[in-house]
Amino acid sequence: MNDSLMIAGKSYRSRLLVGTGKYKDFAETRAAIDASGAEIVTVAIRRTNIGQNAGEPNLLDVLPPERFTILPNTAGCYTADDAVRTLRLARELLDGHALVKLEVLGDPVSLFPNMPETLKAAEILVKDGFEVMVYCADDPIQAKMLEEIGCVAVMPLASLIGSGMGILNPWNLRLIIDQAKVPVLVDAGVGTASDAAIAMELGCDGVLMNTAIAHAKDPVLMASAMKKAVEAGREAFLAGRMPRKHYSADPSSPTSGLIGS
Amino acid sequence: MIELIINGKPERLDEAPTVLALLEGRQLAGKRLAVERNGEIVPKGQHAHTLLTDGDRLEIVVAVGGG
Repeated sequence: MNDSLMIAGKSYRSRLLVGTGKYKDFAETRAAIDASGAEIVTVAIRRTNIGQNAGEPNLLDVLPPERFTILPNTAGCYTADDAVRTLRLARELLDGHALVKLEVLGDPVSLFPNMPETLKAAEILVKDGFEVMVYCADDPIQAKMLEEIGCVAVMPLASLIGSGMGILNPWNLRLIIDQAKVPVLVDAGVGTASDAAIAMELGCDGVLMNTAIAHAKDPVLMASAMKKAVEAGREAFLAGRMPRKHYSADPSSPTSGLIGS
Repeated sequence: MIELIINGKPERLDEAPTVLALLEGRQLAGKRLAVERNGEIVPKGQHAHTLLTDGDRLEIVVAVGGG
């Protein structure tokens, strides 16, 4: 079945996008990403160490941009200006690469998005030629605004970043999915495989996660579980679930031909 | 003597280097990194031709693990 995920005109086989933070080391990062089957992987942009650890391995040597689609993020940015500067540096770092993940945070406790700054940054970035995948609140109105600005994917949170609390407001996600003309990906909040499956069954085009894999007891095994959950949830969505019957049972076995009748 | 602010830290140098010379002096030349000078990107192709001046603020960044 050809059921690829299209983002900004490029097709991807995997609907699971993964982060690269919080792993024990680069070997574990790479092993987990391979097990996840993800083709798009997020990275953060940070100041380099100056004059120390000159031989230190570089993440992009472990995850070569020729093999993976690198999605630089703006994690840690609290203003549109900082986010835009960070992504211009990322574009230079990645030789003109345009696909980015915008996130402008509102406060360090909740890491909830600051939507006014997010909208402002999205406008600047789209005008500057970036293909913007955007972390946002699960607010259908603002998700639509981001789409109208020209973002190539909207990525509402399912619950707080790194919380593992799962899909807290499936109804809002459905509102966003039903109206969107660009891919909708759940970004943040997935804790375990069933959460990823639920997101996909709701009709999400993909799921982006980091901590659920990196902080599992066995990250590589969880990465494999997430791959299957995203695939299973997608197939269940496409298959179309049976209607719920709240107050009446319906036997699965024949009601005739019973012995003694 | 000039002073540069590199990744937020002041550094004094005897004479103004190019971006490339600065990177070479710190074993960073040829690495996967990006440089911003006073808020503007210095493209890789310009590292050898961009002479730094007193008071320049540089950001030198790399990709790290993140979600």
